[in-house]
Amino acid sequence: MPKIRIENLTKIFGEPAEPALELLEQGLDRKEILKRTGLTLGIADVSFDVEQGEIVVVMGLSGCGKSTLIRCINRLIEPTTGCVEIDGQDIARLDAESVLKLRRSKFGMVFQNFALFPHRTILENVAFGLEVRNMDPAERDNRANESLRQVGLEGWEQAYPAQLSGGMQQRVGLARALAVDPDILLMDEAFSALDPLIRRDMQHELIELQSQVKKTIVFITHDLDEALKLGDRIVLMKDGYVVQVGTPEEILASPANRYVERFVEDVDKSQVLTAGTVMRDAGAVGFRHDGPRTLLHRMEKLSYSSLLVLNRDNTLAGYVLAEDAAAAIRRGDQDINDILKTDGPRVGPDEPLTGLINLLADTRIPVAVISESGRLLGTVVKSNVLSALADAKAGEHDTPTVPDESPEAPAA
Amino acid sequence: MSQDFPFIDKIPLARYIDQGLDWLTFQFAFITRAISTVLGNGVDLVVHLLTYPPPWLVIAGFTALAWYLAGRRVGIGTAAGLLFLWNLQLWVATMETLTLVLFATTVTICIALPIGILGGLSERFHRAIMPILDFMQTMPAFVYLIPAIPFFGLGQVSAMFATVIFSMPPAIRLTTLGIRQVPQELVEAADAFGATRRQKLIMVQLPLAVPTIMAGINQTIMLALSMVVIAAMIGAGGLGGEVWRAIQRLQPGDGFEAGIAIVIVAMILDRVTQHIGRKHKPNP
Repeated sequence: MPKIRIENLTKIFGEPAEPALELLEQGLDRKEILKRTGLTLGIADVSFDVEQGEIVVVMGLSGCGKSTLIRCINRLIEPTTGCVEIDGQDIARLDAESVLKLRRSKFGMVFQNFALFPHRTILENVAFGLEVRNMDPAERDNRANESLRQVGLEGWEQAYPAQLSGGMQQRVGLARALAVDPDILLMDEAFSALDPLIRRDMQHELIELQSQVKKTIVFITHDLDEALKLGDRIVLMKDGYVVQVGTPEEILASPANRYVERFVEDVDKSQVLTAGTVMRDAGAVGFRHDGPRTLLHRMEKLSYSSLLVLNRDNTLAGYVLAEDAAAAIRRGDQDINDILKTDGPRVGPDEPLTGLINLLADTRIPVAVISESGRLLGTVVKSNVLSALADAKAGEHDTPTVPDESPEAPAA
Repeated sequence: MSQDFPFIDKIPLARYIDQGLDWLTFQFAFITRAISTVLGNGVDLVVHLLTYPPPWLVIAGFTALAWYLAGRRVGIGTAAGLLFLWNLQLWVATMETLTLVLFATTVTICIALPIGILGGLSERFHRAIMPILDFMQTMPAFVYLIPAIPFFGLGQVSAMFATVIFSMPPAIRLTTLGIRQVPQELVEAADAFGATRRQKLIMVQLPLAVPTIMAGINQTIMLALSMVVIAAMIGAGGLGGEVWRAIQRLQPGDGFEAGIAIVIVAMILDRVTQHIGRKHKPNP
């Protein structure tokens, strides 16, 4: 039995809905229905299943009905016709009381603009869903703290939302949804309001979190890259209708129609992305005057297997491998003259991603991005490219939801 | 040429209203008189409590309260203002006025809050009460005094009745506004987590509406103070009584003394209530 089953779901905004439904039967589109009846078609005849533990991404441009759809799943919006089944239970038939119970027991929701309560502390925000269930305060705070820890926000319990950055606020939003330990996470454009770097981090964290918590997730986005990265399956919508349902590979390989194709073409455009746009801060580096012990210590602490080495003027000198540093220590070397390698891959910030992929394919160490004067600007590892270049992912990897290394550890 | 309306006679609106009020008075006088007695005794009791101890003790109490609620500056201002009033020999009149205003405001809030909340939650109710509020606010306040007298008798309670009606609309309006301007997405978030209507109201809507509601209460207090002179005309006493006496005797000096006293009371109440509203604003 699927976790969520959606069948022939239609929502007409406005009353009475019958004339619009009739026109819909005749195959008229949204614009025509609005013109003739004054009613707005939200979603039309939507059907798909979501399996337990799956991430389904619903994507489409704004106004395609995806927000309406996600709100029909927990009945924040009343569907006009059709059915939504959660664990085999048709929620359209539930009375108001049971709907509240269902929302408390099965759903957690994350919102585009965070929707944190400004008058409550972070802890009180996260505990909101538990408070609504009238949970005992001590247990409630425990659970909320645990949830905050999960998203890496310990220490902020007593702060107010306005004191946090956007990325942190959305972590709170996520913690609030996770605190109630829901079966189903509904994420409505959850990362769309974040700036691109933070957004990428959050996507990675969601994937990592999901590998631990194994929730059923319905994720709404207008961004195909995000959809490809997060989705086990993708539901593409347009003007209220579902255009295509499939795995990321299926959607990229065989777009159902022109509309999907246009999206996929947009992905190709991401190949114009360059090393400069996908690189990350190099993080920890070594210096030319450091001894092998210093470097090895630094690598061990970060569990890196190699470390970039800079000259005093921040130009790139080369890199040192952990095993070489260990050998140098055994030999009793005091400097790194013998073990410094200079053959590492290095590119300018204008290097296109397509070139980077080839470089990354046969190297263990991060690609260094350097300026014309030789200064280190940042590094690129596989996951950076993967996250930016969904196309490459779909071509080369089995599943886009599992990055092959964590973004923080180059050359792990 | 006749100034009379052609075809039909004058509609006897005044007579209808009189008859209606007479009937109401006849039917409900025993209730309204009872209310009058209870409230009148209550006001007398509080005035007595405030004027029994030496003024410096009461001033110290008010100063501490203002300091606690609104900070040092307001506390000091309160002390200075009240000491000045004591010096002007307006102490008893000031306490009478203060009591009257606080009683009227309390009654107003008790009625206005639930109505305002309902108005914030129900569009239909909101549309139903709006014209009534307009009526209450624009009708000259004097007019309320006339029917108040047969209901409550001469004195403080009639004055309170007129004050309550006149000063209620802003409290209702701003409560409604406060509830309505809670961002829709926060209400939706509360819904998504399965909050009942009651939980939504108590945990989300009311707390976020507090600053706006306090602004309404502040307005109510100011309007109530503006009624004290009018209320004095039916024997409410207090600072309004002093002004009224000065008007009748054409003594501008006395009139200004009492007028300034009203301003001082107004400023103290204004600053304190404003601070309470600000303190409840989110994002400290």
